[in-house]
Amino acid sequence: MANAIIETKDLRFSYTGGQTVLDGVDLTIEEGSFVAVLGHNGSGKSTLAKHMNAILLPTGGAVYVAGTDTGDEEKLLDIRRTVGMVFQNPDNQIVANVVEEDVAFAPENLGVPPEEIRQRVDEALEMVGMTGYTTHAPHLLSGGQKQRVAIAGVIAMRPRCIVLDEPTAMLDPVGRQEVLSTIRELNRKLGITMVLITHHMDEAAQAGRLIVMSKGRVVHDGPPEEVFQKVEDLKALGLTVPEPVELIWRLRNEGVDIPLGPLTVEECAQAVYRALA
Amino acid sequence: MLKDITLGQYFPGNTVVHRLDPRTKLLLTVVYIAALFLAEQLVSYGILLAALAGCIALAKLKPKTILKGLKPVLVILILTAVLNLFYTPGETVLARVWIFTITLEGVWTAFFMVLRIMMLITGTFLLTYTTSPILLTDGLESLLNPLKKLHVPVHELAMMMSIALRFIPTLIEETDKIMSAQRARGADFDSGNLIQKAKALLPLLVPLFISAFRRADELAVAMECRCYHGGEGRTRMRQLKYERRDALALIFGLVIAAVVGVLGWMGL
Repeated sequence: MANAIIETKDLRFSYTGGQTVLDGVDLTIEEGSFVAVLGHNGSGKSTLAKHMNAILLPTGGAVYVAGTDTGDEEKLLDIRRTVGMVFQNPDNQIVANVVEEDVAFAPENLGVPPEEIRQRVDEALEMVGMTGYTTHAPHLLSGGQKQRVAIAGVIAMRPRCIVLDEPTAMLDPVGRQEVLSTIRELNRKLGITMVLITHHMDEAAQAGRLIVMSKGRVVHDGPPEEVFQKVEDLKALGLTVPEPVELIWRLRNEGVDIPLGPLTVEECAQAVYRALA
Repeated sequence: MLKDITLGQYFPGNTVVHRLDPRTKLLLTVVYIAALFLAEQLVSYGILLAALAGCIALAKLKPKTILKGLKPVLVILILTAVLNLFYTPGETVLARVWIFTITLEGVWTAFFMVLRIMMLITGTFLLTYTTSPILLTDGLESLLNPLKKLHVPVHELAMMMSIALRFIPTLIEETDKIMSAQRARGADFDSGNLIQKAKALLPLLVPLFISAFRRADELAVAMECRCYHGGEGRTRMRQLKYERRDALALIFGLVIAAVVGVLGWMGL
């Protein structure tokens, strides 16, 4: 079994007002995996994300990043360097007014020598496919491009894991596609662990593992093909399922003999074809 | 319409003036301003004007751009001219209109004051027109570095300045958006007297401020996530380096300032 990059043990978090957001989360995220966390608004998924690099500290239980307790203040920079974070609004996470300066921000903070920063910046921009935009002003880029610059800014730290908190929520369909394929590629080619917080079912379906949260607890955890079989459960949680799953589920309800499982349109078409043949 | 604001505008280029180290340019601007206040007579002004014109030509800036930059201060210029014209006491009376007297000294003072303000503004424009905002803040941070020993938060100030510059276009865009949204709800920003106009801005400013605070909060978290922990142990990708041309430019600037200073001391 691969190393655990992030581990939570009976993680609890409540605000000082008393509202409980996380109510005992036990998770192990393996290095190199692509995990999607799905949940309704207020399910605690963003709060969980913020625990993964010590932006928030647990009020009960513990979180370990590569074996280090996130409560260890001495190791704070190590933790944040290991687990990078990308947020929803690209405008609010870009610091500099030139693309390359922004990507250089994290390595500069880490005290990397100037020549190496240059090299890391060029590499990071190449990995997200933004090489031609080195000296552009971020506010003139499209949403998808801005978000890819933000991802490059995190990659320049050379993290082992990137947590993305609804990175596509403010993007148009083209931008969403750009960002998602970048995430998949970074996971596949560089083996960077990806934790994608989302409420888009089709995005969640692309991950290797799907975690569904509700009321501060993990309610489902497994490969997407498996989790999406529990259509009734998901609907009861106020979630939808990917359209192919929805179609097959309705057909089944109408008495068509067809197995649940396909997630993509192509697989779904094949399954329907077989059932009708 | 808001997009026309040219605050600290930068015109990219690759001339000698553009390539000078930002610290050199900042220092030269300070020297230039000091020299401008030392200048007393036509000769000194002439020398400085020639130097300024030379720099503008070297930077390949169009005279039209400079004049456009001077437009917002036109009112101040006229006011300065009129006040100096009428209130300078002198012996050679040129004309008397009602209770006002115009003296030869007044004409000269007004002329020099207007010239001085125009040259002052043009000189500082030359700095911002030819230096990118990042280089400018980098240069400022580097020049003010010795003040760190006196516990002046130099890095923090420079960081604040560069973030402010970064968010100007974002906030302008946001203002435009809120204005359109409020107009769609029947808000009227253009008519009425001054007080009514100021009141109309309230539904614009409240959402703008709330959103700016939210942005600041999110940005702070994002910066923390990227290991920002103040200026301590921080390196920079772009290193500022003095070149030979910087030394030459500084010597040139200091010589001119010295000449102007001596001329002023001699009362010329």
